[in-house]
Amino acid sequence: MYLAAEHFVRAPQWTWYILGYFFFAGLSGGSYALATLLRLVGDARDEAAARIGFYASFLTLLVCPVLLTADLGVWTRFWHMLVNVTPGDPGLNFTYGSPMSVGAWVLFVFGLFAAVSALEAFVLDRRGRSTSSAGPARPLGGVLGRGFNIAGGILALFFASYTGVLLSVSNQPIWSDTWMLGGLFLASGLSGSAALIALLTRYRADAVFSLGRLNEADGYFSILELVLLVAFFITIVAAGTASLTLPWFPLWVLALVGIASPLVAARGHMRIRPAGGSAVIARAGTDTLVVSVLVLLGVLALRAAVIFSAQ
Amino acid sequence: MASAIKPGESYGFFTDTSICIGCKACEVACKEWNQLEGNDPKFLADSFDNTGQLDDQNWRHVKFIDNVPDQSVDAGNGKAWLMMSDVCKHCKHASCMDVCPTGAIIRTEFNSVFIQQDACNGCRNCIAACPYSVIAINPKTGTAHKCTLCYDRLQDGLQPACAKACPTQSIQFGPLAELQQAADVRLAALHSQGVTQAELYGRDDKVYGGLNAFFLLMDKPEAYGLPNADNAGLPSRNDLGGYIAALITAVLGTIAGIVAFRRRGTS
Ligand code: SF4
Ligand code: SF4
Repeated sequence: MYLAAEHFVRAPQWTWYILGYFFFAGLSGGSYALATLLRLVGDARDEAAARIGFYASFLTLLVCPVLLTADLGVWTRFWHMLVNVTPGDPGLNFTYGSPMSVGAWVLFVFGLFAAVSALEAFVLDRRGRSTSSAGPARPLGGVLGRGFNIAGGILALFFASYTGVLLSVSNQPIWSDTWMLGGLFLASGLSGSAALIALLTRYRADAVFSLGRLNEADGYFSILELVLLVAFFITIVAAGTASLTLPWFPLWVLALVGIASPLVAARGHMRIRPAGGSAVIARAGTDTLVVSVLVLLGVLALRAAVIFSAQ
Repeated sequence: MASAIKPGESYGFFTDTSICIGCKACEVACKEWNQLEGNDPKFLADSFDNTGQLDDQNWRHVKFIDNVPDQSVDAGNGKAWLMMSDVCKHCKHASCMDVCPTGAIIRTEFNSVFIQQDACNGCRNCIAACPYSVIAINPKTGTAHKCTLCYDRLQDGLQPACAKACPTQSIQFGPLAELQQAADVRLAALHSQGVTQAELYGRDDKVYGGLNAFFLLMDKPEAYGLPNADNAGLPSRNDLGGYIAALITAVLGTIAGIVAFRRRGTS
């Protein structure tokens, strides 16, 4: 990071595919991390929402390699990310200083975790068992299961954040003038994932129990995101590149709306209490729809604003 | 360049901008040898420069920088153009190599930086990284292209086409140590003639550990669109800070999740 940074660099033209990838990577990683937390530290009744999280993580992940591959100049060489084809230097590619290289591996390995966890959730749902996370019949139960989820959760947090670090590890204006993008994308991914799982509880009655907790978590994530956004702007103002964000002002505003919505929602009026009547639940359902859509739009807008401001 | 070209030795260019006449022979020779089709001709309305930039079709680009003062000056005291034949710097610490995920960018036996066309998959990470705006994607191949320091010619003991074609020896090719000596002599001569603004760029290790293709400039590096030493940072400088900020966020996010989801009798 520099004061009054100078940049004479060409833009890489990472546009729509990459925007889509960053969006789904944030949601996939965030959903897995939240599903793991719901399962491991939550109430037994949070298991239904956890399963939604594992499904959401896997489904959003499926899009990621497709978008990444489509963005390549030679899409048939997607596997060159992992395998070195330099004559006389065969083996696997891993450049620890290149987030793109590390990220390709994490996408691959995390993909396995997301697939296994989604499959496990599916098997459990098919069995029609109680949503209790305990019990010997869980395919991945006990310490092994918990360890699996924790390992997957750590990979998920990396997956949701590395895309921001990838942008910073460049010489582009804005991106390379700040260290905040990894954290910012992660906070926004977690917020978006809480909103996504909350939205999906509409289709699973036994998951409504977790709605209040998801809203509360989303409020915390939004505070974190707001702090990081302020830090981000401070660093790029110091570098003298903040003016590049001006043409994308509407996107930044939309990102801010996405951050503010859960803060308003988390004040408590949407919390579902066991004693709440059906009218309360219906009202909360409508609010959740609106808030979740705004949050998800904000997640997309934030990434679009960051991507396009520098190019 | 008198001595034979030997693998295992460092080679590069010393481009002396003080004697560049802007003839563009280097651009033409480069295209000719490397069979670059060139971009469609365009009138850029920007001095005598219709090439515009280094890219997949232009591996040499003669920059014409308008340095004419608005007010006329005394006879014999005028300034006209800064001319500079720009090229890949074959950086010792190369930003492009720093980030390439496929290992397509390698350092050759001549210590030049080379993109293997059959390994590159067109991810464009090197484009985001190169601080000199050197690399671009060739739309026909989908891969990243730039100056190869005429790798094929070096392997056959021939100097690069641009250096051979340059009529004023503004572009000199040779073993790096010899070029650095020649540059020091030239700089001392210019300074003794009162041309105090002359400076070497990339001769020492202040920018990217030293450039194999380095320059004698007649103004500050910024005037030529080159980052000065304070701004010459490798992309990987942001790895640690970026990951630490992400890690702190991950820890705080996890704590936030635990606080929100922790087991409670009611919710
Ligand atoms: S000038 Fe750019 S393309 Fe050439 S070696 Fe340096 S970073 Fe790589
Ligand atoms: S475009 Fe090619 S050379 Fe550049 S970073 Fe990607 S794989 Fe490497």
